Amino acid sequence: MFSTLDMHILEILCEDARVSPREIAVMTGSDENQVNTALEGLRRAGVLVGYQALINWERTEKEFVQAVIEVNVQPQREKGFDAIAQRIMQHDEVKSLYLMSGAYDLMVLCEAATLKELASFVHSRLSVLEGVTGTSTHFMLKTYKYGGVLFESGHADRRQAVMP
Amino acid sequence: MDYSRVINQRIANVPPSGIRKFFDIVRQMPEAISLGVGEPDFITPWQIRDAAIQSIEDGQTQYTSNWGLESLREKIAAYLRMRYRVSYSPKDEVLVTVGASEGIDISLRALIDPGDEVLIPEPSYVSYAPCVTFSGGVAVPVKTNAQEEFAITPEALRAAITDKTKALILPYPNNPTGGVMNKEQLREIADLLMDTDIVVISDEIYSELVYSGHEHTSFAALPGMRERTVTINGFSKAFAMTGWRVGYLCAPRELLAPMFKIHQYTMLCASIQGQIAADRALGRAFETGFEDVRMMVRSYDRRRRLMVEKLNAMGLTCFEPRGAFYVFPSIESTGLTSEEFCTRLLKEKQVACVPGTAFGESGEGHIRCSYATSLENLAEALKRIEEFVRSLNG
Repeated sequence: MFSTLDMHILEILCEDARVSPREIAVMTGSDENQVNTALEGLRRAGVLVGYQALINWERTEKEFVQAVIEVNVQPQREKGFDAIAQRIMQHDEVKSLYLMSGAYDLMVLCEAATLKELASFVHSRLSVLEGVTGTSTHFMLKTYKYGGVLFESGHADRRQAVMP
Repeated sequence: MDYSRVINQRIANVPPSGIRKFFDIVRQMPEAISLGVGEPDFITPWQIRDAAIQSIEDGQTQYTSNWGLESLREKIAAYLRMRYRVSYSPKDEVLVTVGASEGIDISLRALIDPGDEVLIPEPSYVSYAPCVTFSGGVAVPVKTNAQEEFAITPEALRAAITDKTKALILPYPNNPTGGVMNKEQLREIADLLMDTDIVVISDEIYSELVYSGHEHTSFAALPGMRERTVTINGFSKAFAMTGWRVGYLCAPRELLAPMFKIHQYTMLCASIQGQIAADRALGRAFETGFEDVRMMVRSYDRRRRLMVEKLNAMGLTCFEPRGAFYVFPSIESTGLTSEEFCTRLLKEKQVACVPGTAFGESGEGHIRCSYATSLENLAEALKRIEEFVRSLNG
């Protein structure tokens, strides 16, 4: 069962995944053992699947390209979209994969070191998969917001230092 | 021109805000972490902002009724009835004001005759006493302390009442102490006031921000108290809407009428965009079961616990606040005065807190720290405060 403590833990980790179990215990008025047990339960249930940093790569030297690829597929009998999705997600270039409603079926978020590599992935490995009936590739130009965090100009505290 | 001869002496004699004096230093320190800010670190939820944007696009740019938008007043009345079991007629017992601050100002002006005394728990928000003075009244502090959870006691209140006492300001949940008064404590105050003509100005702006199972009691909900109570509240704290400047004042119609008169002649109405946004805020809260508010409260509550635990661990004894978003630890163990502590903390560790004395003499020996800031800022500020306290002992 999903408890109030579970919900607190997820809200805290969403804000800052570095907060320690000891601190979570203080913040929620529980003891550290309870928090550790809850964390373990969330991991086992597949709710808590990783802890990643949010990085604005555009501020680094790293060169790479990102694209959103809309993929139309022929769903398979009994397996629906899952079988083809399973095969697409195996590729290292694929960072995220979603089943969509609307004009296309799967949305693939891809990353590669160069434009050429990404193009090659789409042409020679993705679009040729059996069941894929069409792709449409959109390159990402700039990240404004990611994971609920503003990447550009979102940091300033606009509040007055003191009032009144 | 000799300005000292033209300016009203009563106004001239009121000192500038004790918070401000200190924070003029802060502004020159970009690296400082401020625990001094008294407003939510959340931005007004998008749907609320969007309602205001929409209204501008639709050309809603006119005055509203002096009372405020009818649909907003109806929602305020419904909210107070549902949440705090106080009943006001939206027709002439609910007045939309420019922030709760206008409510404080006009309720005092409508009540005070020259020389009238107004009782104010101390420490309390910095504006009450100056507003009393501006109105020609005399502010009389009623001291509260950490041992008594910063609540006013019947004994202290009885001792402060004279035949000139016109009103009592009841600012709970309290800024700066985080103290709240529970129903029993409020009942004792009510019993004491029952046979008097003392009006209670109940500033409940932090009513939504209560923790540890505390349930806010609106003073007007106590038996026999509605007739003597002016209830002040607003949207700033509960809905993260400080800059919109929308609050409200509720009282029995005979008591509200003179306040309305001042508002009508001076302010006319609160900004229509602010009122439309506030209307959406309450509308959305009704639809979602106050989910945005609850999310904020959960977040504040976690930071509150973290602050209390860490401040206590470093020897700054901390009364457990059960409302608002401030902690008010004692710094007496350091041997410094509040002002020395804050000045040195700012200069040596670049952390800004507000000296307790900004909220009245009885705030000496305390500092106010706001936890309306990110977890990251809080953790860093607490680390620096600990280093500072340790350097004093070493």
